[in-house]
Amino acid sequence: MAAEKKIKIIVAKPGLDGHDRGAKLLSRIFAESGMEVVYTGLRQTPEMIVETALQEDADVVGLSSLSGVHNYFFPKVVELLKTKGLEDVIVVGGGIIPLEDYDGLKKAGVKALFGPGTPTTEIVDFIKNNVRKN
Amino acid sequence: MFEEKAIQQIKASKEKWDETVEKSFAKAPERRKEFTTISGTPVNRVYTPLDIASMDYERDLALPGQYPFTRAVQPTLYRGRFWTMRQYAGFGSAKDTNERYRYLLKQGQTGLSVAFDLPTQAGYDSDHPLSMGEVGKVGVAIDSIEDMKVLFDGIPLDKVTTSMTINAPASVLLGMYLAIAEEQGASFDQVGGTVQNDVLKELTVRGQYIYPPKPTMRLTVDLIEYCLKNVPRWNTISISGYHIRESGATAAQEMAFTIADGIAYVEACVERGMDVDSFAPRLSFFFNAFTNVLEEVAKFRAARRAWAKIMKERFKAKNPRSMMLRYHVQTGGVTLTAQQPLNNIVRVGLQAYAAALGGCQSLHTNSYDEALCLPTQSAVTVALRTQQIVAEESGATDTVDPLGGCYYVEAETDRIEKEIFDYLEKIDALGGTLVAIEQGYIQKEIQNSAYRFQKEIEANERIYVGINKYTMEEPPITDLLKVDMSVGEVESQKLQKLRAERDQAKWKAALDNLRKVSETDENVVPAVIEAVKAKATVGEICDVWREVFGQYRPKEYV
Repeated sequence: MAAEKKIKIIVAKPGLDGHDRGAKLLSRIFAESGMEVVYTGLRQTPEMIVETALQEDADVVGLSSLSGVHNYFFPKVVELLKTKGLEDVIVVGGGIIPLEDYDGLKKAGVKALFGPGTPTTEIVDFIKNNVRKN
Repeated sequence: MFEEKAIQQIKASKEKWDETVEKSFAKAPERRKEFTTISGTPVNRVYTPLDIASMDYERDLALPGQYPFTRAVQPTLYRGRFWTMRQYAGFGSAKDTNERYRYLLKQGQTGLSVAFDLPTQAGYDSDHPLSMGEVGKVGVAIDSIEDMKVLFDGIPLDKVTTSMTINAPASVLLGMYLAIAEEQGASFDQVGGTVQNDVLKELTVRGQYIYPPKPTMRLTVDLIEYCLKNVPRWNTISISGYHIRESGATAAQEMAFTIADGIAYVEACVERGMDVDSFAPRLSFFFNAFTNVLEEVAKFRAARRAWAKIMKERFKAKNPRSMMLRYHVQTGGVTLTAQQPLNNIVRVGLQAYAAALGGCQSLHTNSYDEALCLPTQSAVTVALRTQQIVAEESGATDTVDPLGGCYYVEAETDRIEKEIFDYLEKIDALGGTLVAIEQGYIQKEIQNSAYRFQKEIEANERIYVGINKYTMEEPPITDLLKVDMSVGEVESQKLQKLRAERDQAKWKAALDNLRKVSETDENVVPAVIEAVKAKATVGEICDVWREVFGQYRPKEYV
């Protein structure tokens, strides 16, 4: 039996936000936990993020936002993934996101949200437990 | 400081004491095998004269206001007047923010600090495709001089000083500020304030860059040079360690990498032909304050001494003012928790206390709700009151450098200073700050520290209240500040009107002139001021430079 294909995750910073401590830290932790990681860097449009997901044949897109633009960007990424036929790609998010926005984002198709103080192990476990389960 | 005989005596009793203490560990051990600060620095059981035996008071400390300024840059410090209480604020439209400024001034704030939204910081107009969703979100949306007029409406710019967190497009926003001050009847030499103008840390940790390193440094130096001749009370740069620390750096790394940036700016100004004593007194700094009060105080003292030595010995400054590390402090945003947010008030209190004991020149205290959203007015009020309590009630302001002479703080000051110089040596060996940034050296050092800290938290080796200990279920906070989503549309409409109604010939001539000047070595600031007066927008001016200079495309180091 061939070795199971590694989970591939795109870690992306949508918009003009420059806070990338979390995105970079998680990129390293995902890689250490056996995933294949592509970090996009800053200033990504939804189109750029989805294009990367397509090119890289990603399983997961992780969006990080600390500038209050999650309600604008996160649903756009989910939508664009669908139009490209990538509805199997799981979208998760994190950053400074008020709890009251969680419901709306989840309805829009964001699979999980991780706020400040979340143990990184919890995020890794969630991804491992939810990728390629459908 | 101490006589050899006394040192020998202390050494003998300390050895005996260690022995007795360690014997008792069989029954009652210490809480940990090793104690470390949040920066990972080991902390000894107790500090004694042995730890500072090599100290020479006149050489290493001296009196406040005397070289090497370890104790303070001013002789009387807060006995003269308190630090400037300056809350960083901005959201929504210029009108929304103007109301917040008037409120803060009424509540006893003594200076203004402008937070611009990300499109303004990245040099895009509110109707640019990359501005979508971002307008007015983390700061105020400023597109043109018209917005700036509204922002400072009713605020006398000859009396209030203003700090503006603006970097790559610093001269554009400064130009607007000066033009408005002039309209109010204030001459350029009456106007005081600060622009951040620190583009190097945008490349490493903050991400609000526009142009490649060389041309963006040229714009930085142009502003410094212009203000030197025309706006003498202006702090031409605020060399920032704040964001370096927020990104994960230790206390010593914060100071080392900020000073490395400072060295690069001084070198660039000298290369421009400026005399070091002409521009250095107007350089200012910006640091973080975390919750470990003693480590923070040592950090500030170490940086003051290190900068003084560098300016005197490396750059041959003669004027003592050139050697003074004057700085603003903001309490540590990254130290705040979304869990049990009221606990943050205590964290901010300790951090503000550290800033006061450390001798800052101005201070921003964070609001307790900042791990959740931009601060509400009531949260901002508590934050401002926090620093007022430190100033008025704590006693920290009644004597200068109250922790001077504390064995631990002095030993830690020495240790951090040494770490600063060790880093500077490494950076020099790589070829200087710009090379170290290009090679990702500084970024990687910071990321490694962030990683270490995260691992310590997750292994419960370091306790964070509300995160890995003393956790509890709690209802979500609902009283959060929401920025009206329509700000973007309103700003776009205002822009359309501005573009239709301005004097087209004057506007075009001003931008053409700016382009021409930018293509030469001439200082761009006068042309920028003409352009903003002709109602050119932030985006239009920055676009001229995008065409002339190109855009920065970072390499990512993960």
